[in-house]
Amino acid sequence: MEKLICIGNGMAGMRTLEELLKVAPDKYEITVFGAEPHPNYNRIMLSPVLAGEKRVDDIILNDAQWYKDQWITLYTSEKITTIDRVKRQVISDKGTAVKYDRLLIATGSTPFIIPVPGHHLPGVIGFRDIADVETMLATSKTGKHAVVIGGGLLGLEAANGLLKQGMDVTVVHLMDSLLERQLDKPAAALLKRFLEQRGLNFLMAAQTEAILSTTPLTSSEQVKVRGVRFKSGLEIPADLVVMAVGIRPNFELAKSAGLHCERGLVVNDTLQTYDPRIYAVGECVQHRGTTYGLVAPLFEQAKVCANHLAGYGFASYKGSQVATKLKVTGVDLFSAGNFNGGEGCEEIIFQDPAAGIYKKLVIKNNHIEGAVLYGDTVDGSWYFDLMRDGTDISALRDHLLFGQAHLGNAGHGDSRIAVLSNDAEVCGCNGVCKGDIIKAITDKGLFTLEEVRAHTKASSSCGSCTGLVEQILASTVGNYSPTPKDKPLCGCTEHTHEQVQRAIKDQHLTSVAAVIQSLNWKNPDGCASCRPALNYYLIATWPDKVKDDPQSRFINERVHANIQKDGTYSVVPRMWGGLTNPKELRAIADVVDKFKIPEVKITGGQRIDLFGVKKEDLPAVWADLNAAGMVSGHAYGKALRTVKTCAGSNWCRFGTQDSTGMGVKLEKMTWGSWTPHKFKMAVSGCPRNCAEATIKDFGVVAVDSGWELHVGGNGGIKVRVTDLLCKVKTQAEVLEYCGAFMQLYREQAKYLERTAPWIERVGLEFVKQHIVEDEAGRKTLHERFLASQQYAQDDPWAQRASQGVAAHEFSPLQTLEVA
Amino acid sequence: MSRLDIGVLNDIPRLGARVVQTEKGRIAVFRTRDDQVFAVHDTCPHKGGPLSQGMVSGTTVVCPLHNWKIDLNSGQAQAPDVGCAHTFVIEQVNGRLLLNL
Repeated sequence: MEKLICIGNGMAGMRTLEELLKVAPDKYEITVFGAEPHPNYNRIMLSPVLAGEKRVDDIILNDAQWYKDQWITLYTSEKITTIDRVKRQVISDKGTAVKYDRLLIATGSTPFIIPVPGHHLPGVIGFRDIADVETMLATSKTGKHAVVIGGGLLGLEAANGLLKQGMDVTVVHLMDSLLERQLDKPAAALLKRFLEQRGLNFLMAAQTEAILSTTPLTSSEQVKVRGVRFKSGLEIPADLVVMAVGIRPNFELAKSAGLHCERGLVVNDTLQTYDPRIYAVGECVQHRGTTYGLVAPLFEQAKVCANHLAGYGFASYKGSQVATKLKVTGVDLFSAGNFNGGEGCEEIIFQDPAAGIYKKLVIKNNHIEGAVLYGDTVDGSWYFDLMRDGTDISALRDHLLFGQAHLGNAGHGDSRIAVLSNDAEVCGCNGVCKGDIIKAITDKGLFTLEEVRAHTKASSSCGSCTGLVEQILASTVGNYSPTPKDKPLCGCTEHTHEQVQRAIKDQHLTSVAAVIQSLNWKNPDGCASCRPALNYYLIATWPDKVKDDPQSRFINERVHANIQKDGTYSVVPRMWGGLTNPKELRAIADVVDKFKIPEVKITGGQRIDLFGVKKEDLPAVWADLNAAGMVSGHAYGKALRTVKTCAGSNWCRFGTQDSTGMGVKLEKMTWGSWTPHKFKMAVSGCPRNCAEATIKDFGVVAVDSGWELHVGGNGGIKVRVTDLLCKVKTQAEVLEYCGAFMQLYREQAKYLERTAPWIERVGLEFVKQHIVEDEAGRKTLHERFLASQQYAQDDPWAQRASQGVAAHEFSPLQTLEVA
Repeated sequence: MSRLDIGVLNDIPRLGARVVQTEKGRIAVFRTRDDQVFAVHDTCPHKGGPLSQGMVSGTTVVCPLHNWKIDLNSGQAQAPDVGCAHTFVIEQVNGRLLLNL
């Protein structure tokens, strides 16, 4: 077994080990050295401990038992003083020497102490570890005056905590505006006013000259701090001085071992230092010229580093975008990106000083560059997502400042998480309340959305409450940053959807097994998430070559019917454009009688649904429906579902075009096609829009002069009205634009991404460029769509009802009793 | 205890399952990629979903109703979910699959 040593028992180092143990539990014999006497704790929660809102025990992440359970040797209160790279061993201040094959440096950072006279005095501290908090709490019991030097995030959190402990606190800041790295001046002014009302004192633009000491009367009395003097000559009393002017990456040890350091210990995209056996993560490192002091980047680094320590060698860290929040109870503050604007930037601002609300978005070329929110931060994670994904916001611009809820989020009411009571339901699908989520986060030490999903089920079904759950995470664990959007396809791989799609095309991969092998999946079978995605990408990329893999289909698509809660199935035959006739209706009635089907229902898509069909009966039911000319309606698939129509000009006195006929033609062209997610269409015969075409993936509305084409609508979880793509004149054009649009969606979207979020991600302009402006491109897309339809338009019901396909699916095994 | 001959390995698709109707109810018989065979009561401990209809990966099946992951060896639900489906002994003898009830 190889030996791995981790220097530093903090969040970054232990997170890396946790990630490593997840993927390669038996690869290393692990030793951890920590300079502090404590096991690993959540350093970002020191502020609530100081403020008396949490106890030290509450913020322990891995207790001593955890190290035992993982067979990790832990040395606490031992500081490594030497790294001997030749002998490959480390030596501690207590003389312990341990050899390594791989070394992980996670020594974090130390507070920067301004070297003014008096900075060594007892009572002058930083705000970094449990010992600092203990000093502060002890001083607050005897002393009265505290001075916090530094009006940044950490300084304000320290000041708030000391105020709560009953001290008279003055915050000293060198600049004339608080949090100048996170806030613009108007927001900083609001924050300052709020904190002053709470009782904090501020000295702005003040430069500290010296820290003053007491003059002891007897030789046994200890010298300690008594005050602070500024350049202006002003002196104020102090029993405690907290320096919170910044942190310095801790890299002296690494430097003394000859590792290349600049402003931090320099690492590459695999978190390796200049010595390939030595890795480093966390606040001590410098990556692509940047050092980080927040937790989210450390976790991203940990994941990548673990991947390489485990020997997989394919993950890469490309730096993090960070958003910040202030952990002062009662203050809602969010900031990200470039919030001061600059050349070519525009600003959208909302200001309500009386209510204490200020929001500013910085926009450049229709993309969010930065955001500052004060007083109402509900939409912070949404803006951050839009910014990080580079989403084109031109379509959202009118509503952007009013927040995501304003875009329409049916059924979730007030999304202001802070005002929700603990018994308020957050996840409507699984009945999970805010209190359940907070309890799971605190009891189980959860940090990520995925962990909350696994433990509470919140946001694990329809996903519409994801934003709320992320806000609860953010307010409960402090510095939380939403899940990276560039995330892997699933837990089996580090590759993203786009990378997998590209590999299938570039490397001519034509089976699920080939993808899994060639892209080094961790799990040789893949999982229930990735296999259907891979199968879809394969079929969409190589319709003529790839054989469908039934074991990579979710049950509904494998047996071409919808599984119901009691294990029976529902059957929906196709009714072209919503039209039916006596022959079809008689056949359906006969099937219902013959197979004693318990319930018959009209669907929202103008078809008939037969509920409660036994699996064994499915082929016979289909045979009877086939005999009357009906085929599968694909109501079970990530596929073309229905084309809903109104009566149109054949009957309706208002109809301007034959919408029913148009719908039938569209459905005949597109049925049977597999898409990244379900795909619904509708055709209305006039702008009264009785077929509700403007909440469909592809909606057609007839007008007197032709047809309006609308795309990207959704009537489900989150109602989204379509965007108008363009207007065309003839039915042939409607068909061509429709085929081209579907093909673009099929080729570009991620599996399980509906057209609505896809269009929001890539922007309507992108779709217009390909479908409207580029005539040749549109025709090619349409041709590719038709080409793949040659292979798709073979009724799967007929295959199973009369051609013997997948017979084993529908019959139980025969048994014979043996002795 | 009774013993049933339920057929041969190739009656079951790889990474798939078949169902056997028995006096003890419906039993799902799974086949993994490396041709191991498992027999589990065809009822998810969560809401009774038919496990035989789920997707198999390694020695785990995912229930088609609410995505609980059930270990085929033990019948135990994967943490943090809690529950257990009954398992049965199944053997491969001279190419025949024998299920012990």
